[in-house]
Amino acid sequence: MNAAQHPGTDQVWDWLSQVPDPEIPVISLTDLGIIRDVAWADDTLVVTVTPTYSGCPATSIINLDIETALRGHGIDKLRLERQLSPAWTTDWITEEGREKLRAYGIAPPIDGTAADGRLAGRIARLAGSSNLTIACPRCGSTKTEKLSQFGSTPCKASYRCTDCLEPFDYFKCI
Amino acid sequence: MADVASIDRTAFAEWLLRVGDNALILGHRVSEWCGHAPALEEDIALANTALDLIGQCQLWLGLAAEVEDKGRTADQLAFLRDAGGFRNLLLVERPNGDFGVTLMRQFLFDAFHIELLRALAKSTDSRVAEIAAKAEKEVAYHLERSADLVIRLGDGSAESHERMAKALKSLWVYTGEMFLDDATDQAVAEAGIAPLPSSLKAAWEATVNAVLAEATLENPGQAWQHKGGKQGIHSEHLGFLLAEMQFLQRAYPGASW
Repeated sequence: MNAAQHPGTDQVWDWLSQVPDPEIPVISLTDLGIIRDVAWADDTLVVTVTPTYSGCPATSIINLDIETALRGHGIDKLRLERQLSPAWTTDWITEEGREKLRAYGIAPPIDGTAADGRLAGRIARLAGSSNLTIACPRCGSTKTEKLSQFGSTPCKASYRCTDCLEPFDYFKCI
Repeated sequence: MADVASIDRTAFAEWLLRVGDNALILGHRVSEWCGHAPALEEDIALANTALDLIGQCQLWLGLAAEVEDKGRTADQLAFLRDAGGFRNLLLVERPNGDFGVTLMRQFLFDAFHIELLRALAKSTDSRVAEIAAKAEKEVAYHLERSADLVIRLGDGSAESHERMAKALKSLWVYTGEMFLDDATDQAVAEAGIAPLPSSLKAAWEATVNAVLAEATLENPGQAWQHKGGKQGIHSEHLGFLLAEMQFLQRAYPGASW
């Protein structure tokens, strides 16, 4: 493939927007906000990816899926680069991604609520037991309660709706 | 990227093993609960915490391997060193005990870990700063959970209170090691790579005192403290842990999948 025939980076972004997240297949890698850059370095396509959680077992599958998808579109010279900084945050999940999560039964993250480890405020909140208001993705009720800070994958927490009584996942904010 | 040549490479690699081994050994310990926790939600929470720590350990040991430059990988560092080669704190190799001991150990370590990572996010070595900034977010989450549970169980039933008080007393004598400075710490601190461990103590104490007060648990105060893990002098417990963790690579050298 010579330079003139390179697919444009817009085209590559479009292809990547069709690659599903392996753990939550309703959203794509671009919805998740983990593709940081797409660029050509001479005749090699360089895709820069940032991990979600350090220990997420899906990370290696994601790289494999990116490679498989792009090779399927005829890209034969491809390099994946890992970029740690700035660290991924759930704030980067796109609006479209959030709607897809909700429709799938996962309450999307609420921006600006990530744990900061500063406990003074938290201890006061614990005493008053005021939790964040997370709306149930099934019935929309805000009468929900946290079952566990962690859930079925590294990126989710477990909640329950006290109106429709369904348990649901909430996307952990980091 | 910081000029690695300006600092003693051996000290830098040694220090990286300390940070990476804390994450690896605590991650492994916590993973031992998988399938055994008192409730399904807790089982999942513990497994997720373990996963975060093991993910962080891969980053730290990967950098340790790069800095020591002896052709070893993160996996080889994890699976092919014997107990004397490990540089983790004695606290993280303590056996799981009951659920209270596991949570108290997690809280005492998380409260230290967050301060360490916060300081490391400003490291002069950009690789260290990047890993720390990433890990800090995960550890903030761990700390919220472990602090919540220490409070709920400490200020819970008579039985849970008693168990948490016992756990605190048994682990307290392993907390002093977190804040001891040695020549390796001095070398990385002088290069601006990491803070002196002693500089983290005041913030750790503030967190611990606030949470213990809320949990109606008494701070054990001054006590004789164990040390040695950072220099490779471990308790007998680490050997048994490694026997399990390293079994596959020892029995089937080079096995991969």
